[in-house]
Amino acid sequence: MGLELYLDLLSQPCRAVYIFAKKNGIPFKLCTTEVFKGQLQSKEFFQINMLRKIPVLKDGDFILTESSAILIYLSSKYQTADHWYPADLQARARVHEYLGWHADCIRGTFGVPLWTQVIAPLTGAHVPEEKVERNKTAMDRALQQLEDKFLGDQAFLTGQQMSLADLMAFEELMQPVAVGYDLFEGRPKLAAWRERVEAFLGSDLFQETHGPILNILEQAVNKKFPKPSPEVYPYILLRISRIP
Amino acid sequence: MPLELFLDLYSPPCRAIYIFARKNGIPFELRPVELGRGEHLKPEFLKVNPLGKVPALKDGDFLLAESVAILLYLNRKYQAAAHWYPTELQARARVDEYLAWQHTAIQLPATNVYLCKSLLPHFSGQPVDPVRLDRLLGKLKPALRHLDQEVLATKPFLATEQLSLADLMAFTELMQPTAVGCDIFQDWPRLAAWRARVEAALGPELVQDAHRLVLQPRDPRDAQRDPKLAQELVQRLLERLS
Repeated sequence: MGLELYLDLLSQPCRAVYIFAKKNGIPFKLCTTEVFKGQLQSKEFFQINMLRKIPVLKDGDFILTESSAILIYLSSKYQTADHWYPADLQARARVHEYLGWHADCIRGTFGVPLWTQVIAPLTGAHVPEEKVERNKTAMDRALQQLEDKFLGDQAFLTGQQMSLADLMAFEELMQPVAVGYDLFEGRPKLAAWRERVEAFLGSDLFQETHGPILNILEQAVNKKFPKPSPEVYPYILLRISRIP
Repeated sequence: MPLELFLDLYSPPCRAIYIFARKNGIPFELRPVELGRGEHLKPEFLKVNPLGKVPALKDGDFLLAESVAILLYLNRKYQAAAHWYPTELQARARVDEYLAWQHTAIQLPATNVYLCKSLLPHFSGQPVDPVRLDRLLGKLKPALRHLDQEVLATKPFLATEQLSLADLMAFTELMQPTAVGCDIFQDWPRLAAWRARVEAALGPELVQDAHRLVLQPRDPRDAQRDPKLAQELVQRLLERLS
């Protein structure tokens, strides 16, 4: 039984794992687990992950959650190129420094617009305007720190080469972009970084990974995005209530 | 130039680093940063960590922020015993998994309980709001339940069969509300047993030393020292805890 990855490409950390595996030629079975079809709530998925979250890695009997842990596991097991997760003490520390800050300041922040602009309207949930504004302020602050503290004059976030940090950051930033927020406007340094990341990934892999998320706005507008099934509503309302 | 660790022992991740360095005999200069006095926002500290947060490390010219990054750096540079961060792939992944999960699952809700129970009343002069406290304790509960009922059901420590960085981080985080009178262990026997196990493994004296500040009542003169700062802090806390 080979490697299985439980992913929904609408999810930022899932995309990071997907891209990493694909880019590095790591063979895996894609077990698509669709959040808005209620598949996280299924009995089958509970056997995979009691916390009902994705991404999940299943390698034989070994089950692993948390995207950064999965990425580090894959990079070590499949001995991917050093730049992803450098062996050098200080270079590796920089990746972990980014991942720590990302967990507090990026994760939970950049996913919000999808919930407020697309999902909430579909389910009739109301999101107070002050939460939307607060989120915009949080995104602005995070983008400034991303540019000043992490990118600086480097080509990538933790050095001159692409690493796990860039992958994680890029996928989070793509989320609001997909629902029409031009985060990169007025931020030429970040825009240039974005282009470097996209060039590194290559357009085929980019299209393949971002198809679902980039179509979401169009689908919502044309009322083609499937209305989430009733059993997902409590989960959706919970996620929305968690928006600070 | 020796290793410098910029810490405020009121902060759980700072305590984890302090305990780790002391336990492993890592020589360092302690550079206290008093969050209560806004020292983390002053230009001198921002040169060390432009993100304006503790903990921070300075090793010669190398500056490093973020507690997990610092722990892993110290662990590797000073070649701590393997149980802290195993070399075996799957065991290490379990530690990585906990360290990633704990940011939002443990650190955030446990800190909020502490802020509601201790910092907010201290700086506002108002008594603890029991409704707010109850709500915030409720947000910590699912993670405690998961650790007690699922994680610790199959092993003595949180990531592996031995004490690791996961346990160290969890311990100092869960001591935060505990130290100010919220006994979060009372409903969770496995978690309580784990806590005793960790304390014994780290050494009660070292644990006591690291927690000395957070265990003692705050100086009531703090809030009056800079009323404007206190007021701003109260505003931010109310927003955060709403």
